[in-house]
Amino acid sequence: MLPTPSTSHVPYSRVYEPAEDSFLLLDTFSQDSETSFLSDRFPTSSPTPLLLEVGPGSGVVLAFLTAHAATLFGRSDVLTLGVDVNWFACEAAKETVRRAVKEAEEEEEAAAEGEVGKRDGENNGEAEGEGRTQNTRNRKSGRLLATAQGDLASPLRPGAVDVLVFNPPYVPTDELPTLPKELADPAAATPAVATTNDDSGKRKPVPKTTYAQDSTLLALAYAGGRDGMEVTDRLLAAVPDILSQRGVAYVLLCAQNRPEEVKARVRAWESDGGRWMAETVGSSGNKAGWERLQIVRIWRAVA
Amino acid sequence: MKVLTLNFLTCAVKSCRTSADSFPLHPKDAELVSDDVELNPQLLVNLLPRIDWNALRTTATELGFPTLPEQPPTPEELQADEKMLQDLHKLLMETQISEGKLVCGACGHEYAVREGIANFLLPSHLV
Ligand SMILES: C[S@@+](CC[C@H](N)C(=O)[O-])C[C@H]1O[C@@H](n2cnc3c(N)ncnc32)[C@H](O)[C@@H]1O
Ligand SMILES: [Zn+2]
Repeated sequence: MLPTPSTSHVPYSRVYEPAEDSFLLLDTFSQDSETSFLSDRFPTSSPTPLLLEVGPGSGVVLAFLTAHAATLFGRSDVLTLGVDVNWFACEAAKETVRRAVKEAEEEEEAAAEGEVGKRDGENNGEAEGEGRTQNTRNRKSGRLLATAQGDLASPLRPGAVDVLVFNPPYVPTDELPTLPKELADPAAATPAVATTNDDSGKRKPVPKTTYAQDSTLLALAYAGGRDGMEVTDRLLAAVPDILSQRGVAYVLLCAQNRPEEVKARVRAWESDGGRWMAETVGSSGNKAGWERLQIVRIWRAVA
Repeated sequence: MKVLTLNFLTCAVKSCRTSADSFPLHPKDAELVSDDVELNPQLLVNLLPRIDWNALRTTATELGFPTLPEQPPTPEELQADEKMLQDLHKLLMETQISEGKLVCGACGHEYAVREGIANFLLPSHLV
């Protein structure tokens, strides 16, 4: 079992707290069937994969995928990005990834030292010991490039994304919240009052939000409008443009989103390469054949 | 945000997506910070084929880094060239843009970067 990233520093009053949906993503990526699919899809001889999580929130999923890249993708040269509408999520996610990668690297270092000790005992430690810091070391983690504030995948170049992950706002609601202007750039618009310790122990100002603003930010995390699909439909519409030919998207759906219809729609997309595939690769809350949540994997079959 | 990010980003304005001038975004008044990251030669070698080298050259020059060669090295050349590995590692993996703006060459829109987080929200996304 891979450790779940710590999110104890995340302000849950305005950033989505990891829940059943988040953990379903972690479980799905940890399954043997998924790790072998991904390592077949991105063999180590192929170019470095770029992973984008849309809506990383606390960063728990993004940190998991980044910190455990070697186990999950069969290679550690994975680059990751997060794009969230919520500025506080961008900040929180960045820190969550930093912590998780640091933890994985400390483990890696301890393991490497153990290895060298063993080899020394076998009397051939010298050359191996030197190589360990560079090439032969078993790296576990990929690298986070950035988290950015934005709408879905709109800042990404066409065809740039190899792995797309989205745990969307999926709850059916009468209305879809929109981001108020002053929250688009809270650091600039709201006076900083409180302070917090950043990683270097430096006191750093934190933008202040009102209770109503916090509620809007949380609503943006769960409210999906009609059928809970308004945001997800927009993301799906962008998938063919944003994914590379070898690209794979993972999208979480709930039962009210009518997942069977969604999959059928994806399979009917036009394709300039292999045809579009959509399969359920993880589910939770199964009751009498009714899955409350599921993860749908979307990709082009090899032509 | 790492400098390498600019090789994967473009202007969020829909009509700019197909315009050649929207890529790469141009840093303006950028403040740079450097992180200590362990050099991973394999990552750089595997990254090479998916880098838009011309765009990277533009970015490097705009940020005041030494001019990159006109042609990218081959994987074999890169693997054997310790200095090139170090230079690329520094530029791509260690250097971060912490403050400033990213400007679209097509529509002129300026995206602010604050505390290393770029803001790609457009007025149309907001109320
Ligand atoms: C259900 S939460 C998931 C958070 C996290 N990935 C997890 O699994 O715990 C949905 C996230 O999507 C973000 N979000 C909502 N609409 C978005 C949009 N149009 N573009 C980018 N992010 C969005 C929300 O701010 C929130 O962080
Ligand atoms: Zn533009």
